[in-house]
Amino acid sequence: MLIDVHAHFLHDRTPRADWRERNASRLRAGERVGITVHVASILGSWGRTSPTYFPSVADLRYANDFLLAYQRDHPGRVRGYVTVNPNYTAESLAEIGRCLDAGMIGIKLAASRRADDPLLDPICQSAAERGVPVLHHIWQHRRRDYPGQEASDARELAELARRHPAVPFLLAHIGGGGDWLHSLPVIRDLPNVLVDLSGSGVDGGMLEACIAAVGVERLLWGCDLTIETGWAKLRYLSHLLPPDELELVGWRNAARVFPPGAFPSD
Amino acid sequence: MRIDVNAFLGAYPFRRVPGTSPDAVVAAMDRVGIDEAWVSHLPGIFWRDPTEGNAWLLETTRRSPRLQAVPAIHPGLAHWDDALARACDAGAPAVRADPTFYGIDPAGLEMRDLVAACAAVDMPLTLAVRLEDGRQRHPNDGAPELPASAVRALVRSDAGARLLVTHADRPFVEEVHFGSTPAEASRIWWDICWIWGPPEDHLQTLLRTMGSERFLVGTGQPLRLPENAGAKLDLLELTAEQRTAIEAGNAASLRRRPN
Repeated sequence: MLIDVHAHFLHDRTPRADWRERNASRLRAGERVGITVHVASILGSWGRTSPTYFPSVADLRYANDFLLAYQRDHPGRVRGYVTVNPNYTAESLAEIGRCLDAGMIGIKLAASRRADDPLLDPICQSAAERGVPVLHHIWQHRRRDYPGQEASDARELAELARRHPAVPFLLAHIGGGGDWLHSLPVIRDLPNVLVDLSGSGVDGGMLEACIAAVGVERLLWGCDLTIETGWAKLRYLSHLLPPDELELVGWRNAARVFPPGAFPSD
Repeated sequence: MRIDVNAFLGAYPFRRVPGTSPDAVVAAMDRVGIDEAWVSHLPGIFWRDPTEGNAWLLETTRRSPRLQAVPAIHPGLAHWDDALARACDAGAPAVRADPTFYGIDPAGLEMRDLVAACAAVDMPLTLAVRLEDGRQRHPNDGAPELPASAVRALVRSDAGARLLVTHADRPFVEEVHFGSTPAEASRIWWDICWIWGPPEDHLQTLLRTMGSERFLVGTGQPLRLPENAGAKLDLLELTAEQRTAIEAGNAASLRRRPN
């Protein structure tokens, strides 16, 4: 059993003409790596009709619907996060309810609003009520504002996590660029924040630092945009960790934080 | 046989990196099935005179036959040609220069002189586009990344130049390859260290559009996990011949043959 907690798919209303190929490539590579379940999100239209990190309500609804259909087409292999834009509170809460009722298993927040903003509170209250985790896009140590996103770093996520101790938060892509050495100490003492190991970064020493900072019980394996880097980290972890701890990172921690029954043999 | 053309020995000045000793790098090679690694002296890249790391590098690699020294040459320093001659005498498979870290024009006269001198002795010149992701570099680590235009300019500057470019991503590779004549492009080799695999399939695309003869295994270890290269190759649809070429054959063709 292996669960990728950070996957994405594309659809026909994104800028990518090759969206089918990319989706198929993810599934094909997943088979080779041994990924049992891709837990995925789609950030609206990926920039085609609203910005990737500031998606419109209509684009989110279309993308979430596509992902629900994709999940139905690939039962047992694909599960979904419902992606919302917290600037639209009522619509976000309705979308969360609709998509979780339809079988999604988590909430994805990207960079539409800073993580410590009060607008995220009703969404996190909803996560607590429904017993689902929140995967939050994180820029590891944001030293400035970046165009096209209102990115958060670990400090802001930690603030949110303190306000909602019953919600598991997944700090996204520790290897996704930025200074992971800044993020890890920030969340060390927050048991409801777990580290998603995905991202294209395969820095020597990063996995050791993750283990030292939060322990294997708070690490979740994932790939994001590069499956080979996920596989590389998994291979390296198999040298660092005994088999039972590798299982924690590979799927058991995910099975613990996602709702019961989210995964096939769960 | 698998050859890693992009590895380092020694400490990194901007963060603690485990496994930088020669023994640790060899152990990592064993772990991932690498038979031979072309190694550079990592701290020297940041020194005023990077060639001061060459003596240690050559001595260390003499004691460890699976490690092949890639000495540094700073063409802005007097007598740099002596360092190139010593690299030739030592049987180095390639030399390296990191002009943006040295603070010299990456396509300027000094670099062109170095390219010409390397060409004259059939020595490949290694150029790294970057060492770390730009988003995570230390605030005081401000050297620019190597521009693609510099690679194009350098390969044009001498008809005998042979360049090994490491840590380049797909847009960089494509810009240089398709911005060069076929003859120029045939004298540039790329390591796969920074090229994405699935689902974007950048490496698979480049192999289809440029051919497998242009690509080499490079890991960037120990700054990066060497497992990444093997994982990337295992996710490709390759013939045995293509895989052998990427893993060893292309490096064997590229390396300088001692006279």
